[in-house]
Amino acid sequence: MICDADVVIIGGGGAGCSAALHLAQRGADVVLLERGLIGGQATGVNHGGVRQQGRHPAELPLAIKSRAIWGRMRELTGTDAEFDPCGHLKLARSEVEEAELLRWNQMAAQYGLRPRMIGRNAIRADHPYFGAQVVAGSLLEEDGSANPRLLAPALARTARAAGASLLEHHAVADIAHDGARFVITANGTSFRTPILLNCAGFWGGEIAKRFGEPVPVEPLHPNMLVTEPLPFFCQHNVGVVGGDVYLRQIARGNVIFGGGRGEGDASVPVTRPRPDAAFAAMTRAIALIPRLAEAMVIRSWTGIDGQMPDVLPVLGPSRTTKGLIHAFGFSGHGFMLGPGVGAVLAELVLDGKTDVKLEAFDIARFARQDAGDDVWKTRL
Amino acid sequence: MSASVVVVGGGPSGIRAVEQLVSAGLRPVWIEESADGGGRITQRPPAGFKRDARALYGADAGRARRLHGTLDALKSRCDWRPDTLVWNIRPRERVLHLLQGGGQQSELRYDALILCTGAMDRVVPMPGWTLPGVTTLGGAQVALKSQGVAIGAKPVLMGTGPLLWLTALQYAKAGAMPALVLDTTDTLTKLRHLGGLLGNLPTMLRGIGLNLGLRLRGVPMVEDATPIAIEGDGAVRSLRWRDGAWREHVTPCDAVAMGWGLKPEAQLADLAGVPFDFDATQHNWIVRRDAAGRAPVAGVYLAGDGAGIGGVEVAELSGTRAALALLADHALPVDAVMVRALDMKLAAEAQFRQALEQSFPYPAKLARRMPDATLLCRCEAITAGELRAAAAAEAPEINRAKAFSRVGMGRCQGRVCGPPAAEVLAAALGVEVQAVGRLRGQPPVKPIPVQQVPA
Repeated sequence: MICDADVVIIGGGGAGCSAALHLAQRGADVVLLERGLIGGQATGVNHGGVRQQGRHPAELPLAIKSRAIWGRMRELTGTDAEFDPCGHLKLARSEVEEAELLRWNQMAAQYGLRPRMIGRNAIRADHPYFGAQVVAGSLLEEDGSANPRLLAPALARTARAAGASLLEHHAVADIAHDGARFVITANGTSFRTPILLNCAGFWGGEIAKRFGEPVPVEPLHPNMLVTEPLPFFCQHNVGVVGGDVYLRQIARGNVIFGGGRGEGDASVPVTRPRPDAAFAAMTRAIALIPRLAEAMVIRSWTGIDGQMPDVLPVLGPSRTTKGLIHAFGFSGHGFMLGPGVGAVLAELVLDGKTDVKLEAFDIARFARQDAGDDVWKTRL
Repeated sequence: MSASVVVVGGGPSGIRAVEQLVSAGLRPVWIEESADGGGRITQRPPAGFKRDARALYGADAGRARRLHGTLDALKSRCDWRPDTLVWNIRPRERVLHLLQGGGQQSELRYDALILCTGAMDRVVPMPGWTLPGVTTLGGAQVALKSQGVAIGAKPVLMGTGPLLWLTALQYAKAGAMPALVLDTTDTLTKLRHLGGLLGNLPTMLRGIGLNLGLRLRGVPMVEDATPIAIEGDGAVRSLRWRDGAWREHVTPCDAVAMGWGLKPEAQLADLAGVPFDFDATQHNWIVRRDAAGRAPVAGVYLAGDGAGIGGVEVAELSGTRAALALLADHALPVDAVMVRALDMKLAAEAQFRQALEQSFPYPAKLARRMPDATLLCRCEAITAGELRAAAAAEAPEINRAKAFSRVGMGRCQGRVCGPPAAEVLAAALGVEVQAVGRLRGQPPVKPIPVQQVPA
């Protein structure tokens, strides 16, 4: 069977589903191919942070664009995916880290963001649950969190209602290109399209390689834990400079926290949380919030995201193949960025341009990268 | 043999498995989650309790005495580790993660592993099932055997199967006369499979004996009945139910125990990567294994009710059999005659079990018709209606429905609500229950504390 489409998207995560939605809403004939279930990997299993805070300056405009879409998620999809603008509080555990917070805040001011520093005394007074190691914090009130399990399915549902065809259990078996059109074979059907969006997360690297653009993408398995419900005490989504632990308490009382890496095999795919990473995250979480000691962990999990060496995504047109646009390797930031990435992709396809600068995300950057250290390199 | 052999579970199957390993000269690590072994049906009272075995176990007294004697004799001949939870398995590394005494974390490498993880009651959530005073038949039994207390002075016991009668008779004998024994199965269904039950005449006669015992004591019993709601405000006051002619009744009571057969506790097998198949007769997902108990995962063996419900007799036989399989796989001598005899007994027991399950079927329709307002997942306080809404939001299988609705996401990780949730979802989607799959296991299999663990 042969099926023609204006645009084919590979990958049913947040970016792919958002692209399908934005394209379909503007009348494009879209097919999305997902190997498993919509939102089954990185988009569905992450911490659920919706934060601009701590982003690399090159990524901030994209984060700001995405945050605006998060703010109208209910209007867009009929559900807010439990998005709660509860504020992201980034903590410093040393004076060096405190200086790091200040440096980022000054930079972010150029982008119109106004995070608020909370000093040593104020953080004790306002957040008595923090341990002694916390010396300062910076709160970006418009940031927050959402339920990762709900985002991609909500975008997918709305995309379908707008006429897009989102096909689950459609693993791509082959991609051919005849110079004008792509022919993608999945589940026994050939999909022909002039435009192909590579939103395949970690597996996006394979697709790029297929078109002569190999990139150093590595699998990233966020190691996540959740406690039983505790009396509510912590309003904000909490991170730390360096990102070795992050946590948030949901309204039901459970504390979701993570840090370090799980393990997996992307070829199956199968993933597992790692106990050593869990213990390290526990130790750090207790140091941050001593009352977490002896709370019971009821579940742990992980999944597969793609991580780039510079912790920035590959986002923009292919340098080898006309009609191919990459959007993968979100390095742990894809849940927050996904809605915005989809909008950018729709603009690239339908308008040939977008208002977000994409130079830093160029797929060709790895071929020419000098080894210089990037002072803004952040993790998660 | 220098291999590291680990047995998880100190119930009847674990006891018999360790017995074989020890008599072959091995010194296995033997892990038990509770403070002592003995399992559930032959649950031991804490030290110092005075009720004698006959009062505690009835016709099973001899079996209990033998099992407990073997258990105690084996403890010094292996690395016995009570009060230890295995909360995770990494099958590729062959590592178990242990939590000892509720706080001490450690790892244990194994070359061969026998999982004897037992079973728990299958319940069907219904209005009022989360009231204080409502428990499972197994819970009611454990209260009596372990603590010498009854769940109430005039409890209602409901469900179907031998455990219903056994618990009811134990309660009647202990002086807590049941207000009602409500059986969801009709007489005809029970009689229809009588032929198959003849395969194990002693067990069948014991079952009939239990039933007669209840009648002789004048315990009120109904068959072909349907529970509607457990009523009360802060405590159990009554049970509302329908008889076979669909007439409504209200039975005053002060506690309720329910159970419709058992479901395997197979979370560790799941984490070990053992595949599951749906057994239509048991109406359970059962781990895949050969007749001797070998899982299709290298080094993993399965025995007892955790490997498919069989009861205490099968648990003992399958524990012995799995240990013999392990020994043979490690090129140690095994008694071929004994193996053949075990295989024949296990095959006969499997036929008996088939008839037993057919005689006392799981009332799937009770779960499938659960009212929307019924609390289905008590850990996360999710109603059946909320799960049905998730089904409508394109959840073709139970893990996706869990992701949308939080059913099975709480403290029990779906071990209580998982099977009835699958029924509700399957009914909403108009498919057979096996089509919606089973909840995937995730570590920890039971809660573990957030603590500073040295690297």
